[in-house]
Amino acid sequence: MKDVGIVSYGAHIPRLRIKSSDIAHAWGKDPETITSGLGIIEKSVPSPDQDVATISVEAARAALARCNIDPQDIGAVYVGSESHPYAVKPTGTIVGEAIGATPILKVADYEFACKAGTAAIQTCMALVKSDMVKYGLAIGADTSQAAPGDALEYAASAGGAAFIIGKEKVIAFINETCSFTTDTPDFWRREGRKYPSHGGRFTGAPAYFRHIMSNAQNLMQLTNSKPEDYNYAVFHQPNGKFPVRVAKMLGFTSDQIKQGLLCPIIGNTYSGSSMLGLASVLDVAQPGNRIFVTSYGSGAGSDAFDITVTDLINKLPRNNAPLVSQLIEMKQYIDYSSYTKYRDLLYED
Amino acid sequence: MMRDVAIIGVGVTKFGELWDKSFRNLIAEAGSKALFDSGISGKELDALYVGSMSTGRFIGQEHIGALVADWSGFAHMHIPAIRVESACASGGLAVRQGYLSVASGMNDVIVVGGVEKMTDVVGDEANDTLATGLDQEWETFFGATFPGIYAMIATRHMYDFGTTREQLAKVAVKNHANGALNPFAQFKRAIPLEKILSSPMTAYPLGMLDCSPVSDGAAAIVLCAADKAKNYTDKPVKIIGSGQASDTLSLHGRRDICTFDSTVYAGKNAYKQAKLQPKDIDVAEVHDCFTIAEILAIEDLGFVNKGEGGKAIDEKITTLDGKIPVNTSGGLKAKGHPVGATGVAQIAEIVMQLRGETGERQVKDAKVGLAHNVGAAGASCVVHILEAM
Repeated sequence: MKDVGIVSYGAHIPRLRIKSSDIAHAWGKDPETITSGLGIIEKSVPSPDQDVATISVEAARAALARCNIDPQDIGAVYVGSESHPYAVKPTGTIVGEAIGATPILKVADYEFACKAGTAAIQTCMALVKSDMVKYGLAIGADTSQAAPGDALEYAASAGGAAFIIGKEKVIAFINETCSFTTDTPDFWRREGRKYPSHGGRFTGAPAYFRHIMSNAQNLMQLTNSKPEDYNYAVFHQPNGKFPVRVAKMLGFTSDQIKQGLLCPIIGNTYSGSSMLGLASVLDVAQPGNRIFVTSYGSGAGSDAFDITVTDLINKLPRNNAPLVSQLIEMKQYIDYSSYTKYRDLLYED
Repeated sequence: MMRDVAIIGVGVTKFGELWDKSFRNLIAEAGSKALFDSGISGKELDALYVGSMSTGRFIGQEHIGALVADWSGFAHMHIPAIRVESACASGGLAVRQGYLSVASGMNDVIVVGGVEKMTDVVGDEANDTLATGLDQEWETFFGATFPGIYAMIATRHMYDFGTTREQLAKVAVKNHANGALNPFAQFKRAIPLEKILSSPMTAYPLGMLDCSPVSDGAAAIVLCAADKAKNYTDKPVKIIGSGQASDTLSLHGRRDICTFDSTVYAGKNAYKQAKLQPKDIDVAEVHDCFTIAEILAIEDLGFVNKGEGGKAIDEKITTLDGKIPVNTSGGLKAKGHPVGATGVAQIAEIVMQLRGETGERQVKDAKVGLAHNVGAAGASCVVHILEAM
């Protein structure tokens, strides 16, 4: 598949943060047990005027700011999220209009729990490869919901990343991608419901671990590669523990996953999770580096990517937009009472 | 005049979070393993007994006797199929009911199973369902939970007898060490003392690792009249004592919350029938749903004096190489506690010990074993004493 890849990328993380310990205090839990148990110190929180549309636009503009392409050459926009602001009316049209890519444009919104964004990358790859579009824009972003008092409340955060996929000016080729999908109901949100439900411990072994392990092993078989062939590895990060454990199970080292492991300091950005991890890796990647990316979406499925960075990475003005590390540092803490107001928790489901 | 009864086959499934196995898969697997082990054919069965605590709440299914007969392939034989319930002692009581039916002469060959599928419910539902074994009106409605009730017992035991958190934790250390040697155990790993002591507090003084887990699993045994046992197996094991007792459902009605009188009476009756004393027992499986429960059990069964359970743990008299090895399977703590299966699985472990089939956790020269199964917080109890024939 050595002809399609990433042309540019951009990220966005809302500035507000809440500490896990503050949420734990509000619910009478032991902060130390929660923080070390989940491996999450703090998470990002969207302010009242931020949603998936604004995060997607910020990320898309960051991607365009780094590369010199005409937005009119972008022929497709796919936005993956499980918190699209509208149930009916696409986020993608807002993004397309905001970046000047309309009207000759293919658009759809995607939903596949935390992996809708990586599914959008695969769609864009196919459109580019078949010459149906010159460039495709794939976005994963979320402002995820969590019921007050639910364990998810410590993790569900906000953020997103955008990737421009094309054949020209490629900074990182996507050598191979594969997916692993089953009907596994580990996490869901019914139509019209405000907060998601989950199967507790069922979200672990039969869901996250089975799908990521199987898909990652399939990718290594397809590409005849081993963990040590990669400089970086990024896994979906629902908490600080799962990605570390799955990396170890697959044979990746903590050095390989460090750069892409953001959950402990920004929480789980759902559709943005593995994509922000990849953006963080691209912030520092050098020509020839090889990157292993595996997303996971409840319900359940996993997309995996084998990526090789090209010489053009150093021609890309990466500082034309905020690096992930800079987005993480731009922060302002709020307490739990502000959090309940901003996240509209004061009203019953 | 009752006749002697022997166990001629046992079967257990792996215990644990078995996401890909349903209630019916589990009991059918345990039952067929037990029948295969005994060498009988299904056609020879006169009846089927199955213990399970709360299928209605755990899987939304009742009418378990007929269901298990059906899924075991016995529907066309139209044999009696009986479901037995006594909270966490459902399995032990199913064994006793089956035993009585063969001892009475009514049945010649029967299979007894125990099963629970607990992980199909999420959140607090498993805990709430277990708490239905307590007194709903006097305990649960006021917020008492299973760990909460046992925590009160533990706190009183510490106050009355100086029992320590370390002694409680050492019960878990021992049982995890044993569980590490049991291929069917949910937790096949040893856990050091410090880790047990530092586990998140569930209900003082019981931390998370003082509590048995939520588990799926099943176990089954085949019983027949003892005089016919040698027709099927070279190593039959005889049931030489069976005792059952009850007590107030709520803890506050007891004369002493540090003693389970149901254990004392069930034990006395079993010892009397077996014409044995506590010192004659070579190996025991006791109901350690919480670490404090094992301390109560070894006192109430007479292995040590009341109040000396904690000291006995320090002195290691219940470890694999101790004077009276307790919970060689890992107990409920490490082997797992699919409630309805537990009482039957305990019998299966003792049978395997008496046959000398437990590998690295084998107790040397074990001839007589005891199984002790408690319902909820001691409102019911079943004790069996087994002997190699």
